[in-house]
Amino acid sequence: MWSYALRRVLMTIPTLLLVITVCYLMLHATPGGPFDTERKVSAAVMANLQAKYHLDLPLWQQYLLYLKSLLQGDLGASFRYADWSVNELVGNALPVSLAIGGGALLLSVIIGVALGIVAALRQNSLIDYFVMLVGNLGSAFPSFVIGPVLILLFAIWLSVLPAGGWNDFDPRYMVLPIALLTFINVSTIGRVMRGSLIEVLNSNFIRTARAKGLPLSTIVFRHALKPALMPVVSVLGPLAISSITSAVVTESVFSLPGLGKLIINGASNRDYTLVLGLVVLVTVFAVILNLLVDLAYAYLDPKIRY
Amino acid sequence: MSLLQVNNLGVQFQTPDGLVSAVNGVSFELQAGQTLGIVGESGSGKSQSVLAMMGLLAKNGKATGEALYNGQNLLTMSPKQLNGIRGDRVSMIFQDPMTSLNPYLTVERQMTEVLELHKGMTRREAKKRAISLLEAVRIPEAARRVDMYPHEFSGGMRQRVMIAMALLCEPEILIADEPTTALDVTVQAQILSLLKDLQRDFGTAIVMITHDLGVVAGLCEKVMVMYGGRVMEYGSANDIFYQPSHPYTIGLLGALPRLDHDGSELVSIPGNPPNMANMPKGCPFSERCTHVSELCIGTLPPLAASAANPAVLRACHKAPQELKPSVEVVAHV
Repeated sequence: MWSYALRRVLMTIPTLLLVITVCYLMLHATPGGPFDTERKVSAAVMANLQAKYHLDLPLWQQYLLYLKSLLQGDLGASFRYADWSVNELVGNALPVSLAIGGGALLLSVIIGVALGIVAALRQNSLIDYFVMLVGNLGSAFPSFVIGPVLILLFAIWLSVLPAGGWNDFDPRYMVLPIALLTFINVSTIGRVMRGSLIEVLNSNFIRTARAKGLPLSTIVFRHALKPALMPVVSVLGPLAISSITSAVVTESVFSLPGLGKLIINGASNRDYTLVLGLVVLVTVFAVILNLLVDLAYAYLDPKIRY
Repeated sequence: MSLLQVNNLGVQFQTPDGLVSAVNGVSFELQAGQTLGIVGESGSGKSQSVLAMMGLLAKNGKATGEALYNGQNLLTMSPKQLNGIRGDRVSMIFQDPMTSLNPYLTVERQMTEVLELHKGMTRREAKKRAISLLEAVRIPEAARRVDMYPHEFSGGMRQRVMIAMALLCEPEILIADEPTTALDVTVQAQILSLLKDLQRDFGTAIVMITHDLGVVAGLCEKVMVMYGGRVMEYGSANDIFYQPSHPYTIGLLGALPRLDHDGSELVSIPGNPPNMANMPKGCPFSERCTHVSELCIGTLPPLAASAANPAVLRACHKAPQELKPSVEVVAHV
């Protein structure tokens, strides 16, 4: 198992290198640069700026310089946020995104799996229809619709929570964004869990468990839960990545200083180092999460051993 | 009082095409230590009859009539009461050993949970008992293998594990639903001799469901022949095999391939089993019966004692002697 994990980590190096290279080339291939603003800058100032950020060097040299600093764990200096390094920018935004995304993911797994179990056991009952309705609403309504509705309800009409912003992990500012992301994730997890549990409960080995006289709780939690969780684990990887790194809409609705906002700003400002740094971060995340998903498979299913 | 007394058992399924009757008016009794074979082709209702008794029908299925285990009706008792009996006093093994064991749990967990539940044993005691049962069904290195997962066992071994699991609590009744169908022939023979030995050692009554007449002949004292969800003939294995008195039984026995038969063609009963959603009004076998008459098509024959041998119950309008000519064909099976 450990050698498998190590192999998987080593195998990510070429992946990372490829992602960085492609992204680097694409960014530089797009017309315009970080210092193209509406106000004309004099040629001398421009040349100085270019020189400071090595933009006057040939592309391959810039690329190698970037890789070199990356190896030292330095994502470089931001082109647009003077005095800020990308490391600092990411360092500020990451905890926000992790708290919101991670919290939402944890909650949605617990709620989603529980709702899925209830719906599967009471198939075609009122509870089932209610769970499915909530699930469909969560997937049908985009977050930029649900988000403002939440703000209207809790911040404006009931005035119990702030409408947005961030105040150093003050839970009151975290409730609504977490609720929004949870709602959307629960709809996916709940539906997947319901479907897979219904299928598992119809399988032959569950009939055997019933023939042994086991009570329903033992049948569900000991015999059916593990196999039913397999499809949930599969959707969890992509769901986690999107919850933590690209919750762009949620972050703008609640004006949170998270990673999503950083990506948008970086891309529109041609902040090469910032965008590249974030791409590297997201790729590393994706790799780690996929590894975790694979290890979870191995934990759940004894037929999978690495 | 008999151990198991089934009276007028029926099974209906609610389907998109309407209510389908899979089993109708099945009655039999089982004494302690006895072996009953239920024979019939696919869709004859033999599996559904026993699944109904075990409370294992699909969600859209409903059982009527009664199945009395020591006088208590299995069909009407609460799920809790039923859970106290199944797995403990009455246990079951299934047709497909490849899918009937939980692939996510070790054999040890799947076996010990039965003993923890019904016998209140500790996990350690239960494991010891599980190992001894695995040894009884001749699993080599049982103490090591008990901690393995089902996918590490072969098909025949998995069926042995199923049997060992079913016998953990020394049940009074073991229901075996085509336990050898999914296995190859040599393994079939091993499983059958194993069941015979276990019955001798544990004194368990067995209900053996099969479409293999050879299995019945080798194992069963009583035989019930089913067709189209109804009992066609019911009697001792000797009577059914040597003096079959129902055209369907005669046809079944005649269809057995024989070593001393020099013809190149296999004998079969012409036609197909009836559609359960649209059963004939009279005898379910009337469409394929060579002795069919007006009466057979219009009126359902009741299951009654045979005129020739009162120990045999048969559902046929014709007298046994009227069917004589075909009987000779199978006289020396």
